[in-house]
Formats: sequence, C-alpha cells, structure tokens
Amino acid sequence: MQYDLQAITKQMRIDIVESVNAAGCGHPGGSLSAVDVIATLYFKHMNIDPANPRWADRDRFVLSKGHAAPALYAALAERGYFPREDLITLRKLDSYLQGHPNMNDTPGVDMSTGSLGQGLSAANGMALAGRLDGKDYYVYVLLGDGESQEGQVWEAAMSAAHYKLDHVIAFLDLNGLQIDGSNDEVMSLGDIAAKWRAFGWEVIELPDGNDCNEISVAITRAKATVGKPTMIICHTVKGKGVSFMENAVEWHGQAPKGELAERALADVHAL
Amino acid sequence: MNSATREAFGAALVELGAMNPDVVSLDADLAGATKSAGFKKAFPERFFDMGIAEADMVSTAAGLASAGKIPFASSFSVFIVDRALDQVRNSVCYPRLNVKLVGSHAGPSCGEDGGTHQAMEDIAVMRSLPEMCVVVPADDVEARAAVLAAAEYDGPMYLRVARLASPTVYNADSYSFDLLHGDIICDGDDLTIVACGMMVGRALEAADLLADQGIRATVVNMHTIKPIDAELLEECARKTGHIITVEEASVVGGLGSAVCEVLAERYPVPVRRIGVPDVFGRSGEGSQMLDYYRLNKEHIVEVAHEMLGR
Repeated sequence: MQYDLQAITKQMRIDIVESVNAAGCGHPGGSLSAVDVIATLYFKHMNIDPANPRWADRDRFVLSKGHAAPALYAALAERGYFPREDLITLRKLDSYLQGHPNMNDTPGVDMSTGSLGQGLSAANGMALAGRLDGKDYYVYVLLGDGESQEGQVWEAAMSAAHYKLDHVIAFLDLNGLQIDGSNDEVMSLGDIAAKWRAFGWEVIELPDGNDCNEISVAITRAKATVGKPTMIICHTVKGKGVSFMENAVEWHGQAPKGELAERALADVHAL
Repeated sequence: MNSATREAFGAALVELGAMNPDVVSLDADLAGATKSAGFKKAFPERFFDMGIAEADMVSTAAGLASAGKIPFASSFSVFIVDRALDQVRNSVCYPRLNVKLVGSHAGPSCGEDGGTHQAMEDIAVMRSLPEMCVVVPADDVEARAAVLAAAEYDGPMYLRVARLASPTVYNADSYSFDLLHGDIICDGDDLTIVACGMMVGRALEAADLLADQGIRATVVNMHTIKPIDAELLEECARKTGHIITVEEASVVGGLGSAVCEVLAERYPVPVRRIGVPDVFGRSGEGSQMLDYYRLNKEHIVEVAHEMLGR
C-alpha cells in the first residue's frame, strides 16, 4: 500500500500537538523534528503488521530518544496499532501511553526507552538475534543529538561495527538543541559525521532531515550497504511545523498553554 | 566438587547451551574469570564479547531477549550491578525482559583485588529493582541447578556467584532445586540460621558446633532472596523464636534486611544479622577476608550464645 507521506506527516504533527496539549506537558520540539524519519519508516519502509505487533520477522524500531514518544505514538496510531482517539490520554494515569515508551504498555513499541543512550545497544541485540535466527529483518534506531553525549552510544557504535551489523540503520535527529541550550553551548558534538565514520560506520548526511524523499533514498542506500551499519545524519528543525517552536530551545520539554496551544494547533492544521 | 560457584556456572552454561539453542552468552572481557569462556569455546557463534563496556552489554542483552533469546550476561558483580545499574533498571527490569545477569567475584571472598572489586551491596541493589529475581547459590551443585532453572524462569534474574571455591553442601545426585522455596538443611527448635551463598556451609558447621553444646539449630539455605520465601521464614520464627542471618555481603539491604522486613510485619522475633558491616572491602586472600569480617562458624556460634543467653 502507498501512503501519502505529506498527509501522514501533517496528521502526525496534529496528533503530537493535540496529545501534548492534552497532557499539558511533554516534549513537543524533538517530537516534531523526528516526525519525518518516523513516518518514512512506518509508512514506507518497515515490514510490519499492526495486527500482529510481536510478529517475529518484523522490522524493528527503537526510539532511543524516548522523550519523542508523542511522535512514535502518532505513527503507531495512524498505522493502525491502536485508536487515534487514545492519543490524548498521553501521560495520564491509566493510559497505555506512558511519558516515555514502554514496550509492555503500548502495542507496536519494540523497546522501552527513556533513559538516554541505551537504544542503540538494544537495537544491536535485536540485530544479533536476527542474524542467529537467519532472519532478514532490519532494526532502525533514532538517536538524539544531545543523547550522543552519553558514553554508551559510543560503546554501542563500536559493537555494531565490530559485529558488522549491516541490518542496523540508525538516524541522528540533529536539530542542534537540547534542554539547556544548543549542543554547542552544552557540550559540543564536534564533527559528528567524522566521529561515526571513525567508528566504522557508513554515514549518510541529509541537509534536510525533514524531507521524506531524502530520508527514503537514504534508507534504500543504507539497506544496500553490506558489512557495516549505517548512520543517517538528519539535519532537522526542532519544533518543525509550529512557527513559534521552530529552532526554539524552550520548547524541548514543555507543552504550550492557552493561546499558544491554540496557535500551535492552527499552525499544524495549516501545513 | 568443592569448586567455586563461578566454575559451576560456566559448566552449567555449556550444558544449557547444548540443550537450548536460544541460550546466548555475553561477557565484558572477563570470560576467563567469570567462566563463560567454556560457552565461548563450545558455541562461538552464540557468544558475544562486548569489550570492556558493561552498559552496552546489558542493553544488548535486553535487545537479544526482546527477540526471543535467553541471554546470560556475565561480568564481575560490581560492573554489572553498579556500573550498569541504569541499564539493568531501564533496559532489563522496566520492560521485564528475559535477561540473566551473572555477577561473579561478589563479596569479600573476591579477595586480593580489594575494595573497588568486592561488591558488598549487590544483593541490596538488585533486590530493590521491581521485576528482578535475586539468587545466591550455596555451592557448586546448587549453582548448576540455579543456572538451569534460570533458563526456565521467564524474567530478569541476578545470579550471584563467587570467585572463591567453597565446600560442597549438597549431594549432586539427590538435590532438587526449587527456585521459589528456601531449603531447610537441618532442623532444630532453638534458633534458625538463615544463610545464603558460601555462608550456608559455614552455617552448617556452626550448627554442628552448637549441637555439640546441646543447642539445636535449624539451618535454612535462602538461595532466592527475591522473591523471598516469607512463609518459611514465618514458620521458622514461630518454631524457634530466634533468627540469625548470615551473608557474605553488606548487612545494609541484603539477606538480613530482607528477613527483617518479612518478620517485622508477619511475626516479629529477635534477629541478628551477620555480614559485612557498612564498609568497603580491602585486599587480602579470599578466605582470609571472610575471617577478617568474622563470617565464620565461631562468630555464628558466639552470636547464638548471645541471643539465647546461654
């Protein structure tokens, strides 16, 4: 089935703003920057079956930057894992949509994440299992730029290259901002592409990491890469789609209130 | 026999590997010491050396478990429990993944490596995590049985094994391991000694000395500290009225604490905890360290006398 990715990404951005507005808290900025990668995966590339979320042969997705949960939940709901109406229960008591994704609460979530730095290691484990079982599934993992300051990311980078995990395809959501400021103010990432190359990865850099076509071409290239894992560095816009959130650090970890909540919703509806 | 529980772990892992193709092993450059090296040799395609990167090892094991494997991730106890605690908590316990964490060189019997390497707090830390099962085998026979049981148990488990060889308590031919129930090894009405790990053997020695003096002790091997066998503890408290706990670990939060928690709420009786006091360890030969912390039969007997007033 062919999906209209423009319509999907618009709907996901509406879902994110609605759910974060309803929660009254959460992480809209990094959810909105990650929409296009997640949409391209779930609606174009991933071999999945929403009716059978734990299907053993499925492709997997690990949202290592777990705070972008609203984007993952939007994709899962739009893809049919659970009803879209439930998205507004995000972060509420009794909801199966936890503030950070939990695989045992939410159908379609392949790994619990939230404590930064752990997702790539888990993705490597899934890929090792797939190789042992002679399965051909891919494991996609999305990391944050601030998250790249965690040492475990580089332990896992070394492991994926050591074990030649060409079925691990990672994305870096490089929007340049983290909670306390820009990456450069908090802890510079330096030449991040060179770092991943030096760790033995194939690196693809996307100047517009919010362009689903570019992302899709990169995924196809990554799948053709043999003998090593691929990192797709996506230069994205934090808060993409909500005018006052774009490239604004203050919308990393808070929900808009009152009139701003209305404006955010109006912005994504106008996309 | 009379070998270290880490040796029994290594041998049992190979046995398990032959029986179950889903069993995999990960280590962090300590396979020779933890004894997972046997599995590495027997099943190289199912063994993953993760380098000196315990955090990565634990989360990788979680990923393997999420895809149906039964990973045994081993290293020194301090590195699994303390260094990788966040990964144990968030990658393993929170999603309740079927990962077996094997911490070797635990306790003061770790010996010469000294304070940085002797995990005293591992039982306390691991048992504070929801979903975690904590098992401390008494000897090589039980260590083998616990490894086999671990593969049958679906969920996170911490298995504590020792570097130091200790006397075999159980008969390999007749011992049947029951994960969820403590084992009464000898029966007496005057007091109960609840022990785990290599302290079980020393508790039995103490019970023999006490018997010579006309004091009859029940000795319980509480191999599984979480979930703990509360019914058995209550039964022993009712029967003997005095409890001594003995562990080769910190008295803060370990077996002794777990026993006190149960008895305080179910059937309060006097409890004395024998273990490592609230200190870091130091270098010394393994068995010497046990005596240094008075983890020996003489001290158990002395405490029994104090408790009973005779």
